[in-house]
Amino acid sequence: MAAGSTIDALGQFELHPVLGGLGEALRFSQSPLMMIVASVAVLAFLYIGMRPRAVVPGRLQAAAEICYDFIHNMAVDTIGPEGRAFFPFVFTLFFFILAGNYLGLLPFSFAFTSHVAVTVALALMVFVLSVIVSLKAQGAKFFAHFMPAGAPVALAPLLVPIEILSFLSRPVSLSIRLFANMVAGHVMLEMFAAFTIMLAGLGLIGDALAVGPVVINVALMALELLVGALQAYVFAILTCIYLREAVAH
Amino acid sequence: MGKETDSSRHAFDRRLKQAMDRNNPDRAAQASAQGSDITTVGTVLRAGTEMVAGLVVGVAMGWGLDRWLGSRPVFLILFSLMGGAAGVLNVWRLVRPQDALEDKPDPSAGPER
Repeated sequence: MAAGSTIDALGQFELHPVLGGLGEALRFSQSPLMMIVASVAVLAFLYIGMRPRAVVPGRLQAAAEICYDFIHNMAVDTIGPEGRAFFPFVFTLFFFILAGNYLGLLPFSFAFTSHVAVTVALALMVFVLSVIVSLKAQGAKFFAHFMPAGAPVALAPLLVPIEILSFLSRPVSLSIRLFANMVAGHVMLEMFAAFTIMLAGLGLIGDALAVGPVVINVALMALELLVGALQAYVFAILTCIYLREAVAH
Repeated sequence: MGKETDSSRHAFDRRLKQAMDRNNPDRAAQASAQGSDITTVGTVLRAGTEMVAGLVVGVAMGWGLDRWLGSRPVFLILFSLMGGAAGVLNVWRLVRPQDALEDKPDPSAGPER
């Protein structure tokens, strides 16, 4: 951590075995632990929220219903009627990422979405699914999309590779965006927290100045709450957009 | 009151909207593109990574092909340029004015949108 005069902003992303000897033996780090916590938190929220099954919902049930409605509308509005089939996938993806982003903001916690291995796995899952759905819905016509309609045939050697690269860049942008946003946010939080400690070491004037980074960190925390929700939303809506193109003929 | 006034008002609203769309064709497009604030913010945040992602894929593919075929800089140069173009294409797809008629296929659309 940030002790003394050095700032170790990236140390927070290192993985350590957790849960003592068992974790050591299984190579079980914070990342999968937080994934399990996130999944359990989402499932518990939905289960406990929907248990009353009231016609007029209470607060928790209303929250659970809003979450369901939000993603359901997103999937159906974006993908179309076929979106109903992909709704469970989008819902899981959105709340897994959202819970991961938000749990990562808790003290002594770990944001598993800040690891590129995790976000690449999620993005590849979306990408492979969209390719499979495309091939199933459109067959060989899927490959015709790589040649823009109406373009001169002479330009095909230039346009087709660019279209293919553009298509292949989807999982890259999907994963880099989420991972970079989470890393940047956590590094900023760590930096300003370290400034506070460093300033507090300077005596009386430092104590007064150290309030500044604390105030900034409070604002950053609000920003991170926005970014966490926004990145989960962007990931989910892009999944919907890719699937819409996949099911469109 | 009742049905007749309601339906005539709906008809009027529809004609008014059509007339407004005729007068200002991109307003309808803007309204659908900027459905809500969160969509707009999301779009803005996407633009940067879309551009970089194209370049990353291009450079990675060029580097990989060079490594495989032993033709050191040729494919790296070629694919870097095409990757940059793909990145610009990504951003253009993101920010171009959307068609008011969603179901009308855009001739310039590739696999995206």
